[in-house]
Amino acid sequence: MLHTLAVLVENHPGVLTRVAGLFARRAYNIDSLSVCQTDDPKLSRMTIVVNGDDQVIEQVRNQLNKLVIVHTVTDLTAESVVDRELALIRIQVSPETRSEVLQTVDIFRGRVVDMGRTNLTIELTGDIGKINAFIKAIRPYGLLELVRTGKIAIMRSET
Amino acid sequence: MSMNAGKKSLKGATLLLEALEKEGVDVIFGYPGGVLLPLYDALLDSSVRHILVRHEQGGVHAADGYARVTGKVGVCLATSGPGATNLVTGIANAYMDSIPLVVLTGQVVTSLLGTDSFQEADITGITTPITKHSYLVKDAREIPRIVKEAFYLAGTGRPGPVLIDLPKDVLAAEIEPFSTEMNLKGYHVPGKGDSDKIAEVAKALSECSKPVIYAGGGVITAGAGAVLKQLAEKASLPVVTTLMGIGCFPYGHPNLLGMVGLHGAVAANYAVDDCDLLIAVGVRFDDRVTSGLGHLFATRAKIIHIDIDLAEIAKVVRTHIPIVGDARLVLEELLEALAGFQLPQVAEWWDQLRSWKNYYPMRYDKDRLTAQLVIECIGELANEDTMVITDVGQHQMWAAQVYPVVKSRNFATSGGLGTMGFGLPAAMGAQIARPDDMAVLITGDGSFQMCIQELATIAHNKLPVKIVLLNNGVLGMVRQLQKYFSGERYNQIDLQGNPDFIKVAEAYGIRGIRVDSLEQVRSAISEAFEHPGPVLLEFAISPNDDVLPIVPPGKPITEMLGG
Ligand SMILES: Cc1ncc(C[n+]2csc(CCOP(=O)(O)OP(=O)(O)O)c2C)c(N)n1
Ligand SMILES: [Mg+2]
Repeated sequence: MLHTLAVLVENHPGVLTRVAGLFARRAYNIDSLSVCQTDDPKLSRMTIVVNGDDQVIEQVRNQLNKLVIVHTVTDLTAESVVDRELALIRIQVSPETRSEVLQTVDIFRGRVVDMGRTNLTIELTGDIGKINAFIKAIRPYGLLELVRTGKIAIMRSET
Repeated sequence: MSMNAGKKSLKGATLLLEALEKEGVDVIFGYPGGVLLPLYDALLDSSVRHILVRHEQGGVHAADGYARVTGKVGVCLATSGPGATNLVTGIANAYMDSIPLVVLTGQVVTSLLGTDSFQEADITGITTPITKHSYLVKDAREIPRIVKEAFYLAGTGRPGPVLIDLPKDVLAAEIEPFSTEMNLKGYHVPGKGDSDKIAEVAKALSECSKPVIYAGGGVITAGAGAVLKQLAEKASLPVVTTLMGIGCFPYGHPNLLGMVGLHGAVAANYAVDDCDLLIAVGVRFDDRVTSGLGHLFATRAKIIHIDIDLAEIAKVVRTHIPIVGDARLVLEELLEALAGFQLPQVAEWWDQLRSWKNYYPMRYDKDRLTAQLVIECIGELANEDTMVITDVGQHQMWAAQVYPVVKSRNFATSGGLGTMGFGLPAAMGAQIARPDDMAVLITGDGSFQMCIQELATIAHNKLPVKIVLLNNGVLGMVRQLQKYFSGERYNQIDLQGNPDFIKVAEAYGIRGIRVDSLEQVRSAISEAFEHPGPVLLEFAISPNDDVLPIVPPGKPITEMLGG
């Protein structure tokens, strides 16, 4: 099962290597990883999506916690969370397909961020399911390039 | 105190040495090189003693031996590039056995970092998987904080090696000294155990009928031997130990069943397999104990796992009651909690255990010169405070099986990594750490040659290490494996070309005594023990002797050969 871990780490060189190295060494599977500095410039927050049964996930959490540069590890899977991913997608268009593609983009609430004679670049945010569904929908028109950020997640407020 | 202490600005190297002095460092094992010039210069004015080893691997193993027999943090030093990479085996060795080390390495100047400059190696990168933590110091003003943190990290919680990489310009920098606080928000040291869980254990203990304590190196690290003994005696609990746990429970104590695992005592393995309550303390269910078959280990038992490292819980076996904490504190709490409960009824269990113990003692020939006979004789002539250090191979297992270790920290062996070559430098470090106690190395002809250059360090520093070389002319342990599991298709195990070891010792100015017959054993050992300096005692033993019993690979621990 996929688990989403929010990992608060120190923000300095070598930290990513330590975390990534741990996953490689212990043969844990990273599905996606996104990382950026937090409001506190000394800290970064990683969102790691990792695949494994409960015992594996428990080990991943404990091993991460052992790293001196890791401050906290929270499993956002069981919690009530909001999660999002951002994708930039370049799609091939022709005069015949352009309006159909734009309609699809509209249905998924995507935005056109760049436009060429034969292609459109779309920005889309949403949960993973929505992004996958969009990609499936537009693939027949010609998917030229795709870049995804990987999931980021935050816990819902209590009330 | 350094001569520079009164001055306004200090060199990075001086600041480093002052920080080491503050941590109580009395000795470092090192080897110089270009980037360490500022440090070796500053060392001339420092109270820290420097032992010049003959290979950096010797330095790190010596620091490791020092740490094992004292519990203090061992310190070693190497130059950049090849000096640093020569440490790798020793760092991995310490990491696997949770030994506290601070490893100092020189590094090229910061402006050349990452440019493949002369003698540059990314040693923090290379050692990330085998260190508890590491630092690359970019600013000399960070030295006091980093040293303080490094010692704290190395020595607390589950100990381990911490590496500090020191670029030459950082060591040479002139800076205003200032003290700084540690900044370790991501590091927590577990202390007491969860009291509800401890009460649960007390209850489980009172209700069981076949309990076993399975004790490991963590008991020694935590200084929990005394309370473990109290607990075992109070509730009549049998104790098995791991290789790393040897000494945490006194040899000869009626409650001790012996070592568990691959070359363990039959009674110990049977007891673990048959028990209904397993109290695992400071152990990690290593595959040399479980045969790598976690799911077949102590299957009839409720398993209690007490460890300071949360990540060890449920790593290998399912645990019914996990307790994360300091082994000494947890066992003390358990002993208290036991007051509210009935003690378990174990009379029948002990009948069974005693019959196994009597039926399957450690057996070996006593009418010819064997390793076990030599080791037992050493045990008879040594005292309680003698430190026994081993290398890796058959001789190591025989020492583990028959040497009577009665106190914690008097048995040092490479457990997790199984590093041939560990013994001689580790014995040297142990002897320096405890000059008043005798250090006896038990080594083999293969292992001895892996760090043999340290004979020079031993001779030069007049360290009275007693080197017991069990010379079978072969890589005995591998030979034994080929005998049992490769159908006697022996290959590359014959150490033809071995030197005359007595002459080698003598060339270093070390006394050598060779023993070829049973009759000479006792007198040769006494002679060596009475000699005030280092001695090499060489015993000619048969290449055909096996370490028994043995659990074949992939078999559960009850299926022992030669029990
Ligand atoms: C550095 C290293 N290389 C290889 C091995 C594999 N190995 C384990 S025991 C052994 C033989 C050890 O020979 P010796 O020191 O003579 O001890 P004996 O088994 O003969 O008592 C070998 C090669 C090892 N443990 N460490
Ligand atoms: Mg040998």
